[in-house]
Amino acid sequence: MTTVTELAAQDDRVASRPLAARLLSRPEVGSLVAAIVIFLLFMAVAAPFRNVANIGTILYGASTIGIMAVPVALLMIGGEFDLSAGVAVTTAGLSGSLLAWNFGLNVWVGVLLSLVLAVAIGAFNGWLLLRTGLPSFLVTLGTFFILQGVNLGVTRLATGNVASADISDMDGFASAHAVFGSEVSLGPVNLKITVLYWVLLTIIAAYVLLRTRIGNWIFAVGGDAAAARAVGVPVRSTKVGLFMAVGFCAWLSGMHLLFQFNTVQSGEGVGKEFIFIIAAVIGGCLLTGGYGSVVGASIGALIFGMTQLGINYAGWNPDWFRTFLGVMLLLATIVNLYVKRRADLR
Amino acid sequence: MKRRFRISLLAAGTALALAACSSSGGKQETTDTNNAGTADTPRMTVAFITHSGPGDTFWDLVRKGAEDAAKKDNVELQYQADPDGPGQANLVQSAVDKKVDGIAVTLAKPDAMKANVTKAVQAGVPVVALNGGIDAWQAMGVQGYFGQDERIAGRAAGQKLAADGGKKALCVIHEQGNVGLEARCDGAKDTFPNISKIYVTGTDMPGVQAAITSKLQQDKAIDRVLALGAPFALAAVQSVKDASSSAKVATFDTNKELVGAIKSGSVMWAVDQQPYLQGYLAVDSLWLYKTNGNTIGGGQATLTGPAFIDSGNVAAIEQYANNGKR
Repeated sequence: MTTVTELAAQDDRVASRPLAARLLSRPEVGSLVAAIVIFLLFMAVAAPFRNVANIGTILYGASTIGIMAVPVALLMIGGEFDLSAGVAVTTAGLSGSLLAWNFGLNVWVGVLLSLVLAVAIGAFNGWLLLRTGLPSFLVTLGTFFILQGVNLGVTRLATGNVASADISDMDGFASAHAVFGSEVSLGPVNLKITVLYWVLLTIIAAYVLLRTRIGNWIFAVGGDAAAARAVGVPVRSTKVGLFMAVGFCAWLSGMHLLFQFNTVQSGEGVGKEFIFIIAAVIGGCLLTGGYGSVVGASIGALIFGMTQLGINYAGWNPDWFRTFLGVMLLLATIVNLYVKRRADLR
Repeated sequence: MKRRFRISLLAAGTALALAACSSSGGKQETTDTNNAGTADTPRMTVAFITHSGPGDTFWDLVRKGAEDAAKKDNVELQYQADPDGPGQANLVQSAVDKKVDGIAVTLAKPDAMKANVTKAVQAGVPVVALNGGIDAWQAMGVQGYFGQDERIAGRAAGQKLAADGGKKALCVIHEQGNVGLEARCDGAKDTFPNISKIYVTGTDMPGVQAAITSKLQQDKAIDRVLALGAPFALAAVQSVKDASSSAKVATFDTNKELVGAIKSGSVMWAVDQQPYLQGYLAVDSLWLYKTNGNTIGGGQATLTGPAFIDSGNVAAIEQYANNGKR
């Protein structure tokens, strides 16, 4: 069904609508408006926010969320969500470190083994979901707890401590650090490599979603899986593929965690899954699937980054930090909803 | 096609693994240096109940101290933890139900713990407190307390910040709503008034780092960062670099990496409350009470800190840190 609508996007039914309405009905517009408002607010009240050199810090904060928000948004458009995404990042970082350290391997071997593991976790989530027909909430909640326990238990078994050992003196660390934890200076701005990955992921995912057949499949399985199957969309591989994409990005984030800090604390990552989901929701993804945008999710991550650091830059009383963040998030989503409704009315 | 790809991937992986051993670093053999002998007193059971969240390096040290004391004293140790106040209180009740011979408990959330701890004491189970609740333990009938007074420790840290020539400091709280962490910052403020607080989410390391960086960029006058836990001090070192700030980092509590950072000079010093000792003394005191009727501290709190680890004494502590016990 949705594939047909997508094809119809070229015909006169849409072409007759005014440009403004067409723009406004894009899912990411609400978040873009919110982002601009928040940006202007902090530009006005926080002097360091206006300092060009500090852009790198804001983008870094946003990128660590954005790298995960992109695949999480794709997954949500595909009608599922992943509660294990936050601890999966920690699992990826830990496994890379522990495998290399415990067996005295080159760091890169640990990095690759951890990639296999992270993608396998995603595939397991997708496989179990389709095999059992359980909601993704339950399946990934189970994985979430399993991973949390495994993170702790395996780390203690391997190292006798609850954090992974320092691997910065091992072979291959320097080159792996260059790939996952380096930074470049563009004039006064120091950009961490995660920002590059974030932008790349956003571009690739947006292209896949909007310009390829796979993108149509994602919308279709999220909108109505049964109808999608009826018109020949490979529902199973699409969903499993989406979970594997989350696994891949969890690996990328986990590698950054590892090579930025040299060690990984095994209890980390809990609660991050909600941040990723919230970024996607701000960006226009519906909790019910079938609608949303990758660019929007990245803007959602940017809103998070700006708000988090903007409060510091403004020097406001940090007691109210969470409250402020909550208000910002609600406002962003309400603006999003309002703009979408107005646009749909026309 | 797909199958051949898979096979070649596997072959490449295996070849890589065989040729890819690291010539440096990795797992080293560690020797257990704690051979204090063991007691032949009858086996007793101690429940050790903390408010630790999972995977915290600090509580790992406490637990190791408790385990070593238990091994030496022929004690069966039942370690349990729940960061949630009512949940932790319930663990105390279940220990009483199991009729353990002693309970060691943290009282970081004294109001939640009070009813069940008092009940345990009334049921005739000896109870000692550690780490948190220095103002609350006596009123509950608890026998002893092992830990540091966070306010006093904060004051000592503030004095040292001033003595090191600091002008303006940032106190990094990694768990919003934790009374002990607030007390540390407040104590530091007593002796070093020009200090501000910042709240970060301790389970999100890149977030911690970005938040500290942004604060240092916002306020260029900050020349000292006081972290309240070892992992956060290490993130702060990175933040200082990112913000091109000249601030120096000091911290509460240690772990193996932090001891290395003090040795290399990237962290100035750490306030050491000796978590290993807290765990060890709590178990050992219950054993002493059971076998000889002793109470360590004689009804007063036994302070395990604040001691300082800095460049002067870090070499002596390093070998213990490598065993994961400092």
